[in-house]
Amino acid sequence: MTINHTLFIPLFILAGLTFVYSCYQRLQLVAVGSGEERFDNPAARLAGTFAYAFGQKRVLARPYGVNHFFLFWAFMFLLVANVAFLLEGLFPGVSLSALPAPLYHALELIFDLVSLVALASVAVAFVRRLFFPPAYLENDYTKARSGEALLILAMIAVLMLAFFILNGARIALGAEGSWQPISAIFAGLLAGNAPATLGSVASGAWWVHAVMLLVFLNLLPRSKHMHILTAIPNCYFRSLEKPNVQPRETFEKGARYGVNQVEQFTWKDLFDSLTCTECGRCQDLCPAHNTGKPLNPRRIVHDIKQNLLDNGEALKASHHGATPLIGNGGEGSITEEALWSCTTCGACLSVCPVLIEHMPKIVKMRRYLVEEKAKFPEELLNLFENMEQRSNPWGIAPSERSKWSTQLGDRSFKAGETEYLFFVGCAGAFDSRNKHVTVALATLLDKAGVTWGILGKDEKCCGDSVRRLGNEFVFDTMARENVAMFKERGVTKIVTQCPHCFSTLKNDYRQYGLEVEVLHHSQLIAQLVRDGKLKATKATQLGKVVFHDSCYLGRHNDTFDAPRQVITAATGKAPGEFGRNRESAFCCGAGGGRMWMEEQTGTRINLERVKEALQQKPDTLCVSCPYCMTMLEDGLKDEGADGVRVRDIAELMAESLRADG
Amino acid sequence: MLVISCIKQVPDTTQVKIDPVTNTLVREGIPFIINPYDTHALEESLNLKDRFGLRAVALSMGPPNTEATLRKAAALGVDEAILLSDRAFGGADTLSTSKVISAAIERLNDQEEVGIVFCGKQTIDGDTAQVGPGIATRLGYTQLTLVDRIESLDLVKKRIRVRRKLEGRHEIVEAPLPVMITVVRELNRPRYPTVPMRLMALETEIKVWDNSVLKLDANTVGLKGSPTWVSKIFSPERDKGEIIGDGINDPVGTANLLIDKMLDKDLLAV
Repeated sequence: MTINHTLFIPLFILAGLTFVYSCYQRLQLVAVGSGEERFDNPAARLAGTFAYAFGQKRVLARPYGVNHFFLFWAFMFLLVANVAFLLEGLFPGVSLSALPAPLYHALELIFDLVSLVALASVAVAFVRRLFFPPAYLENDYTKARSGEALLILAMIAVLMLAFFILNGARIALGAEGSWQPISAIFAGLLAGNAPATLGSVASGAWWVHAVMLLVFLNLLPRSKHMHILTAIPNCYFRSLEKPNVQPRETFEKGARYGVNQVEQFTWKDLFDSLTCTECGRCQDLCPAHNTGKPLNPRRIVHDIKQNLLDNGEALKASHHGATPLIGNGGEGSITEEALWSCTTCGACLSVCPVLIEHMPKIVKMRRYLVEEKAKFPEELLNLFENMEQRSNPWGIAPSERSKWSTQLGDRSFKAGETEYLFFVGCAGAFDSRNKHVTVALATLLDKAGVTWGILGKDEKCCGDSVRRLGNEFVFDTMARENVAMFKERGVTKIVTQCPHCFSTLKNDYRQYGLEVEVLHHSQLIAQLVRDGKLKATKATQLGKVVFHDSCYLGRHNDTFDAPRQVITAATGKAPGEFGRNRESAFCCGAGGGRMWMEEQTGTRINLERVKEALQQKPDTLCVSCPYCMTMLEDGLKDEGADGVRVRDIAELMAESLRADG
Repeated sequence: MLVISCIKQVPDTTQVKIDPVTNTLVREGIPFIINPYDTHALEESLNLKDRFGLRAVALSMGPPNTEATLRKAAALGVDEAILLSDRAFGGADTLSTSKVISAAIERLNDQEEVGIVFCGKQTIDGDTAQVGPGIATRLGYTQLTLVDRIESLDLVKKRIRVRRKLEGRHEIVEAPLPVMITVVRELNRPRYPTVPMRLMALETEIKVWDNSVLKLDANTVGLKGSPTWVSKIFSPERDKGEIIGDGINDPVGTANLLIDKMLDKDLLAV
């Protein structure tokens, strides 16, 4: 068989140029985004790239991901095979067979086996997509895109089959076949044909492979399979910060706030949108989507991409997108209700195989609505005003903040005398149910001999809710005031009982120069138990204890074990678990400022979580967050499950100490 | 045409305590807010600005730190913010306050016709509800109190029709401009400032008119011009309650005891 170079070379140049042009067009669109530093710390970035891209860490988190793992690595090897294939087509006489024999045979064997792996993976994917689609792929959004997915799968299958037929025909024509066992099977099937026929089969298969390869290449930048090109760099450029820490804004005349035009996103936000493979894992875990809200993180990313493509020409010409992002919810447009539905629980962030940052984009669009338009659900007006006037969500007088501690005498924080600043938080100071948790924690700290003090009426809200709701202007003021006060009072260690205070003080305030030790009470109590400063006998009256992960403690701060250790210490056995737990835990519904908003669309998130809890037949639901406490208690009441109590880990520990007598 | 909102800076009363010894308000460290009813007056002036293109002016009488309240009004969108401040105005009761504000409105009217003056129905510190009507009387404006809806405004015929919220009923009233309207909270939902407007408000000029501008007889304003003054502030004493019966072990008997007690005190109509 001979290759018609004169026909292939121009074809290749044409296909190559269109491919490069398509990629260039897409990258030009990415470049309309604003600047963002994602080039620092190359060592950490490379390490992450190996883990997430080459190691397929997140992909493998689901059983079916193993199929993609095989396909990914098959593609890695076949990349070499196909470069060789193209070179063979471009330069007469060039062939891998010129390599030293052992190396050549090794490559032949690898390519042959890997092609079989790819073919098998494609077959599995076909069967799954057609006959066993998982629930999260069963919706109109996915169905509308299934054609493209099946087309790509079919093309890969054709490429592999063409490869085997080509090599099979070559072997049948007398080429050495002992290092290509699969192709040898195809050779067996072709055996007995005349050499001329075999020659035609070989050329035919070569051309099918060549044309399919060039078409495939050109389809990539125009489809969701763009991820084949962008996923690896997207992993490299991932956020090295906690992604729930939103970037600061500068408040000066003439500045714009938040995002409503696609070009107001950063280049990385736009690159994310081109990287989405539409796998649907984010939507599968999203509490808003699961309870019938109009938010679907996958749609958010898709709509950003669609808006970018729709406005592409206008953007390149004038740097101003024609159609805004926030609108009626058609393709390329996102509704306000979808944006307000997010609980910022971070499930989408933690599950995305290519490390797309969905939730921060939602907060950026909320910022536009709040800061540029003062447009938000009306319940939030009270919240914002209470925060600005009295620095707590309920608008209660700050002088009430230390009321819970009146029985304990003066417990003011004094630098040098008290080790920890006990940052009580608004819920811990004002909410009657959560005040019990505050007292329980104070008792535990006293028992363990830890010295602590509070700021009393001078304590201000940490600003978590206003930041997640997009009211960065108010958050900025609160953060500055708090950080200045911590510095002025000489605070070096802080303990909080609220994961939202914890995460905000620990992560967000770093942007304001606060570098002190911040502990969530679960961490401190677990530490005191380890050090033998707190000892409990079993508190048997608590029955079966099931632990609910707080998003801001668990997913956002990787603290999964500390609260479980406290429960184990308090009850003598490990807590029961929800079906969805740890990284996959389902939000209580109160994060991201949702605590202060009505939930009118769909079913209620807290009820969904409570129903899930009741499947475990618990006697006690254990929480580590004031919001979770409120949401689960309310949910249990609505479900009529009066026999089930909700306890914070601090209360559990305190009760077990009392059981000690 | 001008639409004026009169706003007052008041101590955040949820945080105000009365000193039991001196019987005066403990104001130290207490933050100030815009009188809540006045936020609705301000909002309605901005609504009319948006709908009819009127020029919105916010007026406030108070000490120099009242400037902060006027800046908030500027951040919400008023075209002009004027502070009426002079040592001579200090210690004013409702009579002399309405005199100063009326003088300021007359002065504004000299430059551009005043159509509507909005006031909150009352303040949460003084609770008199007298300043708005005082202004209307001095200026000879029609006064429309307790308004919860603007039904219509005709700038050609210079007539306004409003709905008043009265006990158990509403009243639709029409009047010729200029009018002084006091508003209740149901009238509207105050807006929230955008960040660009907040930043702009930081640079807005807050005009200060003192008595050299208004030229009022110093004996008729401030403390000197006030026929009333607060002689004492105190918290009303309340009788301590009592626990009667045993509700846990004898709920029916306890309920009967309670009913008898209420009948004794004539609290139940039989």
